[in-house]
Amino acid sequence: MMPDAVDVIGIARRFGSVQALAGIDLRVAQGEFFGLLGPNGAGKTTLISILAGLTRADRGTARILGHDVVGDYRKARRALGVVPQELVFDPFFSVRETLRIQSGYFGLRNNDAWIDELLHHLDLTQKADANMRSLSGGMKRRVLVGQALVHKPPVIVLDEPTAGVDVELRQNLWGFIRKLNREGHTIILTTHYLEEAEALCGRIAMLKSGRIVALDTTQHLLSRFAGLTVRVSAERLPDEWQHRIHRREGSVYYLGLESYMELERLLASFRGAGVSIDDLALAETDLEQVFLRIMAGSETTDETEPPVAIPEA
Amino acid sequence: MIEVVGSGWLTLLQKELLRFWKVSFQTIAAPVLTALLYLLIFSHVLESRVSVFNGQVRYTAFLVPGLVMMSVLQNSFANASSSLIQSKITGNLIFVLLPPLSPLDMYAAYVLGAMVRGLVVGIGVFAVTLLFVPGWFTMAHPAWAITFAVLGSGILATLGVIAGIWSDKFDELAAFQNFLIMPLTFLSGVFYSIHSLPPFWQALSHFNPFFYMIDGFRYGFFGLSDIAPGFSLALVAAAAAVLAGIALLMLSRGWKLRH
Repeated sequence: MMPDAVDVIGIARRFGSVQALAGIDLRVAQGEFFGLLGPNGAGKTTLISILAGLTRADRGTARILGHDVVGDYRKARRALGVVPQELVFDPFFSVRETLRIQSGYFGLRNNDAWIDELLHHLDLTQKADANMRSLSGGMKRRVLVGQALVHKPPVIVLDEPTAGVDVELRQNLWGFIRKLNREGHTIILTTHYLEEAEALCGRIAMLKSGRIVALDTTQHLLSRFAGLTVRVSAERLPDEWQHRIHRREGSVYYLGLESYMELERLLASFRGAGVSIDDLALAETDLEQVFLRIMAGSETTDETEPPVAIPEA
Repeated sequence: MIEVVGSGWLTLLQKELLRFWKVSFQTIAAPVLTALLYLLIFSHVLESRVSVFNGQVRYTAFLVPGLVMMSVLQNSFANASSSLIQSKITGNLIFVLLPPLSPLDMYAAYVLGAMVRGLVVGIGVFAVTLLFVPGWFTMAHPAWAITFAVLGSGILATLGVIAGIWSDKFDELAAFQNFLIMPLTFLSGVFYSIHSLPPFWQALSHFNPFFYMIDGFRYGFFGLSDIAPGFSLALVAAAAAVLAGIALLMLSRGWKLRH
């Protein structure tokens, strides 16, 4: 039986008075493209740090491909590539030197063929001999991706990899990551670009205040909150629709409708109340809507209530 | 591509060496110049006024091994400590923490890298003094000199690792350097024989571990020392072992590196 790419059981971690992770159970199978979503402070980076051995959990176990991240750290770390969130670099070295050094840390020598390929896929060939200091933010981030991939890890974690990267480059980057995923690498991604998560991830976990509040396939999450989002601009909103508000910006209301049928009733309400509609737009529920609703919903969730639907991957 | 499991530490060592070599003006040439200046000024001022080893050795000759050793010690400390604290503060230490490097791997790479820097500077100072102060050179017991130089650089490199891990800010490292390392180095008999000190200060010097390193190193040159070299060796070796133990413990606990 193939070990899971990532197997987390009961991981908890406190920093001072903040419970960053309050008991996380998570399994990511090999070959998955997995999304880890949540607001800032939800515990995503803490979880990644624990997987990478950068931080130690207070309790619980975490395994990468069956190797305990503390007890069997050599094999665990060899199997894992991490793209950190911050743009860190060593100002003493060029791009190529940086990748060669990183490769060497993992015991991989004469890795220039793969490094050249990485430089090509990351569009860094021109800058191969440039000092890290002279690169733009987007380029530095690409080097970080290269450093995470230089040892061809079976499990790759990317923490906000496309922040500050322009649209064209983002497409190229994702094309490359998808290719790696097709070749069998497990990808775990955190991002605030929810349309990216929706497009790329097969399964998603949503974290809030150190707990998993949703864990399901992307399809299930989208269909659970199936429906429409209506953006309507009007002087006021008829009372019976107040509880459907997801978001409000002044006189612009974002409402959740279950179906197109409800649209007819909405318009009827406005007509009945004598309120004219200034603007109206429709959108299928996307992951961002799902995310916002789950995050808002989990506010009132009882802490002992299990998170929604956790089917086997 | 070749995978040599467990060879990561070699790359870390190479990186440490490359790091100081890339700025060799600052890391090697400058300390050599500083030591040379000390030599020229102090020998000029004190040559005729200070007697050491009952006049058996010229003051200038006496000064050189002290300066060589001081350079070795200070630069070994500086390399390891500055490398670690810079990595911590800029955040690029993450690239060393992510790979499967063991505490021993990290210890070996940082300490050996710093020892090489310290010893290269020491050799540089030594070579330059031969040029500027010809005729001073004697080497009674080279093996002792080398042993003390290597142990001394190892101890200070280890102290550099400890200080680099402990310090959270450059300020804290500077305090470690200026209020501990420097006083201990300067008050260890580099510039004077401890016999010239009042009895109280002489006795206090015996509690300074740096004194034994420099005294033992000087024995290698002149065959003369304030303390029996065997005793100095034992003490210095014990200090090296204890400090190595502390550094390895810090690294294996991940103290301040892995929260």
